[in-house]
Amino acid sequence: MVEFFTQTNPGIVLLILGQCLLVLIPLLLALAFLMYADRKVWAAVQMRRGPNVVGAFGLLQSFADFLKYILKEIVVPAGADKAVFFLAPMIAFVLAVISWAVIPFNEGWVLADVNVAILYVFAVSSLEVYGVIMGGWASNSKYPFLGSLRSAAQMISYEVSIGLIIIGVIISTGSMNLSDIVRAQDGNAGLFNWYWVAHFPMLFLFFISALAETNRPPFDLPEAESELVAGYQVEYSSTPFLLFMIGELMAVVLMCALVSLLFLGGWLSPVPFLPDGVVWMTLKMAFCFFIFAMVKAITPRYRYDQLMRLGWKVFLPMSLGWVVIVSFLAKFEVAGGFWARWTMGV
Amino acid sequence: MTQVDYTRAAKYFLLQDVWQGFKLGLKYFFAPKATLNYPHEKGPLSPRFRGEHALRRYPNGEERCIACKLCEAVCPAQAITIDAEPRDDGSRRTTRYDIDMTKCIYCGFCQEACPVDAIVEGPNFEFSTETREELYYDKEKLLENGDRWEAEIARNLELDAPYR
Repeated sequence: MVEFFTQTNPGIVLLILGQCLLVLIPLLLALAFLMYADRKVWAAVQMRRGPNVVGAFGLLQSFADFLKYILKEIVVPAGADKAVFFLAPMIAFVLAVISWAVIPFNEGWVLADVNVAILYVFAVSSLEVYGVIMGGWASNSKYPFLGSLRSAAQMISYEVSIGLIIIGVIISTGSMNLSDIVRAQDGNAGLFNWYWVAHFPMLFLFFISALAETNRPPFDLPEAESELVAGYQVEYSSTPFLLFMIGELMAVVLMCALVSLLFLGGWLSPVPFLPDGVVWMTLKMAFCFFIFAMVKAITPRYRYDQLMRLGWKVFLPMSLGWVVIVSFLAKFEVAGGFWARWTMGV
Repeated sequence: MTQVDYTRAAKYFLLQDVWQGFKLGLKYFFAPKATLNYPHEKGPLSPRFRGEHALRRYPNGEERCIACKLCEAVCPAQAITIDAEPRDDGSRRTTRYDIDMTKCIYCGFCQEACPVDAIVEGPNFEFSTETREELYYDKEKLLENGDRWEAEIARNLELDAPYR
């Protein structure tokens, strides 16, 4: 039996498929409840109740919404480029899903333990802009087009600073493998060993860039409902819209996972006497998502020129400066190699 | 050399406004909800609330309306249509009393004009329908409303009486 799964080709394919499903199904289920949590947090800050009718406390709201989206009519605009119109949401969804292949949830709990994991995630999240651009263009309508143009400029601008922030982390670790990055944050000091201490200001820069990268408020200009109705999603309905929405939320959760892995020590326990495990990873992601939801509730939308100024004139110099500083700190092994974890033998 | 406002710069880079907003957000996060759980909970209504119309009856079952057509005359939306004929016992009664609820603006002039408190706007505001035709109320429907809401209507009229 073991041989069938490890030696023969169909066995290996089945094994990998099973592993994929093992990641994907809990992820999609979690997404349904995260959507609900997002709405509940938003509602609570506005002193509303939020969804509370479907199921106990409205817990099944997302599933009811899902059913609604599936059963609605798919409307295709007359002037739309049909092939691209339907390709766009699929691209957005697939690209949001495939990043999860390299995300480790626990020691060894990763689909593909590749050495360029962080580069892969970064490359895939750069491609995500294509879903938005194609959706906006294929709709053949002015608001979606404006929305997708904004989105392209915004995502590219903030990827630059995200990339530089990640370089700092990579320098500290000496590896691009996400599991290695987490292992490098292990130590006797518990949560003070994690990179949020070593790369302190970068945690906030990364988080804010992640907001911009995933088109979340206060950077939700591509779908600014007060000016562009819903941006690139205007002409979409039913299942294609659902795919866009899931893709977007999935990207948000992926960013939560990345913040947890890069700065908050992934599956490592915050205190030395408690065992490490997947529960910490989940808790950290949930905490990040809570912050994401809170930010959505408390911030007004940025103006477009403010967004660009923040990205290019504040974040880029800061992250670039930090790369230089970290390089020095790592090269000369300041503080016993606090910024050069490979010298500490981990 | 332009002057740098260091306090402002420090506040900007320490994300002061974000923290303040976050604190405020958390304060309201735990605050009691301001919204009602609507179909299960309802807000208080004034006795003067002008909702769905009803035609009332006297306690002996005789309808109050005497077909004076004052409501029809005063109605600014011209939503009321009345036809009248003497009944077999010689009393003047309506043969037709229609209100087009899609025209009505709920101003309450009809109940102000009515000399016998026959047409009133009751406390009911949940009378949405699935078709437009169902909102063209006739005499039968209005009398039925009157029978259904008489207790509340009588109480509201009594509560409002000292102020008239």
